[in-house]
Amino acid sequence: MSKTIAEKIFSQHSGVDAYAGDLVVAQLDFVMGQDGTAPLAINSFNEMGGEELFDASKVAFVIDHSAPSPLEGVSALHKLMREFSTRKKHMLYDIGEGVCHQLVPEQGHVVPGDLVVGADSHTCTYGAINAFSTGVGSTDLAAAMISGKLWFKVPDTIKFICEGTLQPGVFSKDLILRIIGDISADGATYMATEFVGEAISTMEVDERFTISNMAIEMGAKAGLMEFDEKVEKWLSGRSNKTPRPVSADPDATYIQVINYDVSQLEPQVACPHTVDNVSPLIEVENLPIQQAFIGTCTNGRLNDLRVASKILAGKKIAPDVRFIVAPASRSVFLDAMNEGIIQTLVESGAAVVTPGCGPCVGTHNGVPSDGEVVLSTANRNFKGRMGNSKAFIYLASPATVASSALTGKITDPRSFI
Amino acid sequence: MLLKGKAFKFGNDINTDYIISGKYKFKTLDMNELAKHVMEDLDPNFYEKIHEGDMIVAGTNFGCGSSREQAPLAIKYAKISCVLASSFARIFYRNAINTGLPVIECDTSKIDAEDLLEVDLQKGIVYNKTKSIEIPVTPLPDVMIKILKDGGLIDHFKKHGDFNFE
Repeated sequence: MSKTIAEKIFSQHSGVDAYAGDLVVAQLDFVMGQDGTAPLAINSFNEMGGEELFDASKVAFVIDHSAPSPLEGVSALHKLMREFSTRKKHMLYDIGEGVCHQLVPEQGHVVPGDLVVGADSHTCTYGAINAFSTGVGSTDLAAAMISGKLWFKVPDTIKFICEGTLQPGVFSKDLILRIIGDISADGATYMATEFVGEAISTMEVDERFTISNMAIEMGAKAGLMEFDEKVEKWLSGRSNKTPRPVSADPDATYIQVINYDVSQLEPQVACPHTVDNVSPLIEVENLPIQQAFIGTCTNGRLNDLRVASKILAGKKIAPDVRFIVAPASRSVFLDAMNEGIIQTLVESGAAVVTPGCGPCVGTHNGVPSDGEVVLSTANRNFKGRMGNSKAFIYLASPATVASSALTGKITDPRSFI
Repeated sequence: MLLKGKAFKFGNDINTDYIISGKYKFKTLDMNELAKHVMEDLDPNFYEKIHEGDMIVAGTNFGCGSSREQAPLAIKYAKISCVLASSFARIFYRNAINTGLPVIECDTSKIDAEDLLEVDLQKGIVYNKTKSIEIPVTPLPDVMIKILKDGGLIDHFKKHGDFNFE
């Protein structure tokens, strides 16, 4: 019988001919924890009687959410992670290396066909390179670190066919925001999603990550894409692992197929306080902002910084705006320096902070004040997300954030491109 | 096991940042400390208002957002006996079962704030004592029942050393 990408990957990893709805115990190719979840996983690991890791080369911790540490309590948890990693001889990416969801694919830990879990909800990001990756909690992570396995319910899949060409100034972020606005925050709960069509195949891999990253914002377990030459090129030189590309069968069964023509899509903005509260930018145009932020696992990649720097080149940001930039990784930071992008951004008025999650999770690096409006490239705008429940967070593409930093109000980037 | 408590009502899409804010969860593993801040951004006095056994009752997609296991743990350590919702987000649901917080999927439109509830986990029935009605519950998947019967995933692993669903 024909299968979706999810059904194929779960069949290959469980040794069972698996279809949507089946419960399987599947072998994992890689597991990851970050500083918000790994400390609790270490506790669970110890309580479970864990001694050895199933395979130290397949486990990584990343210190990215509160890095460098702003508080002694955080420092103690980071120390706990470092000591555990040293004892168990597995990889640890310490402060300044970057956001976990940039590092795991960038450092070659995941390749097409893999099954990966991470104790972070945005682990679904690697779907863009044809891997089934999903977020779990700390105790599931501990069980995975011990056994190399986890139980799953094989999900149904919603297929999004995205045809047409995005207009200049409209990006993958605008497309995924529109989709989430249409599907709602729980429209794909317990399901996988597949994104196909001309609009996806013409996109660079950096842009595809943005879409897969936000699959969780409609409740999805994974945001899968097909393998192609762009993925192959992106992977070359990054990984020694052998890719096992998985393609959906043409007559696979989908719970829903949704078509988009992206040609007429305008820039979109997610308004407070939910990610599915999405409007065309024009409806909130000219709303004054006090803080602009470009970064995160959604939009802190080289392509994102490049787009922003083109808009900001030779210009200064509005005097009453604070502009924060967090490159997604050390490698992105270095590439952006070599290209002169960082120079341009800093000259325009940006405060560049350590590669990592930055202010997205509200621990440090730019907590807004009461009543302030933040325009961010992140994936979440929940009340209190950036550390203050009285602030208002809007989400948009890096081009929209850069254009708005210039004017001090929410601005259509097409006037600058 | 029969759980008894008063309903504290919340809306749809209650995310894990609302349950326990990132600004607290990154700095400690002391769940009693985190429990004091449970639901704080939605109701700053929530922790003061609740008594042991009380229940969180919500609409659709409870626990959406991040994978933080501190969310079900903060609820459990605040001595909330269970969460009832029309539907749950996937990662939260797994985390709740793994950590032993009872989560009950049922029609919560039949429950108002401060209603007195009894939940029979064995029979899978919610009794709304205030309204004198019974509300049926969506049964848990077998795998989750096995994990819950062992007392959560940690005890499941202690007992079997691995996943064992035979």
